[in-house]
Amino acid sequence: MNSKHCIALAMLALGAQVVQTAAAADEPIVGLITKTETNPFFVKMKEGAQQAAKAQGAKLLTAAGKADGDNAGQVTAIENMISAGAKAIMITPNDSKAIVPAIKKARAQGVMVIALDSPADPQDATDALFATDNFKAGELIGAYSKAAFGGKPAKIATLDLFPGHPVGIARHNGFLAGFGAGGITAKTVGQSKTADVVCMADSYGDQGKGQTAMENCLQKNPGINLVYTINEPAAAGAYKALKAAGKEKSVMIVSIDGGCNGVRDVKAGVIAATSQQYPLKMAAMGVEAGVVYAKTGKKASGYVDTGVTLISDKAMAGVDSKDTTYGLGACWGK
Amino acid sequence: MTTRFKGALPALTVLGPVFALLAAGIFFAFQSDRFLSGQNFSLILQQVMVVGVIAIGQTLIILTAGIDLSCGMAMALGSVVATKFAVDYGLSPLLAVPCGMLACVLIGYVNGALVTAIRLPPFIVTLGTMNIAFAITQIYSQAQTVTGLPEAMTFFGNTFQIGSTSVTYGTVLMLTLYLLTWLFLRETAPGRHVYAVGNNPEAARLTGIATGRVLVGVYMAAGLLYGIAAMLSVARMGVGDPQGGQTDNLDSITAVVLGGTSLFGGRGSIGGTLVGVLIVGVFRNGLTLMGVPSVYQILVTGILVILAVATDQLTHKKG
Repeated sequence: MNSKHCIALAMLALGAQVVQTAAAADEPIVGLITKTETNPFFVKMKEGAQQAAKAQGAKLLTAAGKADGDNAGQVTAIENMISAGAKAIMITPNDSKAIVPAIKKARAQGVMVIALDSPADPQDATDALFATDNFKAGELIGAYSKAAFGGKPAKIATLDLFPGHPVGIARHNGFLAGFGAGGITAKTVGQSKTADVVCMADSYGDQGKGQTAMENCLQKNPGINLVYTINEPAAAGAYKALKAAGKEKSVMIVSIDGGCNGVRDVKAGVIAATSQQYPLKMAAMGVEAGVVYAKTGKKASGYVDTGVTLISDKAMAGVDSKDTTYGLGACWGK
Repeated sequence: MTTRFKGALPALTVLGPVFALLAAGIFFAFQSDRFLSGQNFSLILQQVMVVGVIAIGQTLIILTAGIDLSCGMAMALGSVVATKFAVDYGLSPLLAVPCGMLACVLIGYVNGALVTAIRLPPFIVTLGTMNIAFAITQIYSQAQTVTGLPEAMTFFGNTFQIGSTSVTYGTVLMLTLYLLTWLFLRETAPGRHVYAVGNNPEAARLTGIATGRVLVGVYMAAGLLYGIAAMLSVARMGVGDPQGGQTDNLDSITAVVLGGTSLFGGRGSIGGTLVGVLIVGVFRNGLTLMGVPSVYQILVTGILVILAVATDQLTHKKG
């Protein structure tokens, strides 16, 4: 290995990127740090940020944790972006608590920090939060399920995220509240359980783990007839388990996300209804806020709801929804 | 002594990584006007200090022809034990920190004992202890991040000024540990024994070296280093993070290999590991400054690792 090889390698790896680096000095720099590089949700988020940055004449830096839960990688990304001169940083925290000291340091240096998709803990550790109202997303599919069941007794399985995550708790509780459980609000601490819920299992938002969770739930109570899933990959896993047990026709699955695969699953009847969220919009709004801050010094603040829409091909009376044609037009991923 | 390098053999494995680091540095200096500053170099050092200290332990183990997959999880356990002892039980940091380190040393001892007493392959032993350490960390912390640490626990994250550059104490500690390890491997008999055991354990045993004791000692020393890395991680993050360290095993092995240490044991240098750690840190920092997505850093690292191992393999055959 000699120096010539290394330079050649570096050039090879960087290829086309090298050209665009001669950034104008007055171009505001905005950073986006996602949980991982690979999840289509974050790919779409990056795309939204890229488009907005182009339209606004800003330079976008992107980085990500190496894996779900990688806090150290996100801290390093924040430091490097500050070093690169970023005026605003958007982040989807991998660890809502552990990231807070690094965010504090960034803000102390005059950088505006916006949490996208999921909040830091405490929420006011960032200047602003641009995210889906996850409780509402849960409520929509809860209300849909209630209308679909129309008084028929439900035996519910919930395939949740993982212990302690605020997004998982909000969606779970929203679903139960929408299904008619009293006393559950967006402020309820921890995942609630009602008499209808016969099985609660963690899917980690993963298809394989979702399948295992569903199999175990069916083992526990074969009479399950309604399945809430944290996201569409978990729903796809649940469907596989139900199909293997010959129950896919008699059990209803509802979900949250609105990824293109998920919406296609709604169209195919695998999922009855899903709450669609908009990662592209979150990132685009974040970039705009960053540019405003860089130019005028005016900071974004508080919580901004980026919207959620119920997608289903079988509309229920009293529950607003759009069909899968609309959903496929607005979905993220491929 | 079998540890002496022969002829021009080390030139490529030792100088290669240094050239790679310099070339990367020059390249980034041309690409970003923010790269070439004391503050940015200090930042890079600060970002690699945790993996850097873990990689010292990993180097010692790889020199004995072993490997340690448990290092990152041991580090996470150490940081959770120390922070929980301090926050939940109100223990003084002066006691809580050694308790965390002790947890890491214990894992090192278990690794060393299983490798020597039952002669299990290090890969399998540390794969097991990696999972055990991860599970204990999750059970003990209930997967909750430990916050509200006493200020003394984050001392190594504090900075002092050299001119206009602020340097963290943790960086100084890491560099000191590299210097001490370099002296240990070069100047002391136990240091030479580490090489000898890795080169040819049978020959080492016949010359009267207690190979078992050397191995257990190496794994325990590595454990102690992971404990120190745990304290650096706590200082850097300001929290006890049960999800931490999950990729540090492969990251440290990457650094060791990039630095020219042979996975076959017996050959390599601690200075090379520092260079290997810095190569990864420089690429990550430089590419971010250029606005290139971080995934390209992973691509470049992958290419460099294969080049480094290929170089070692070829020179090994010729030697």
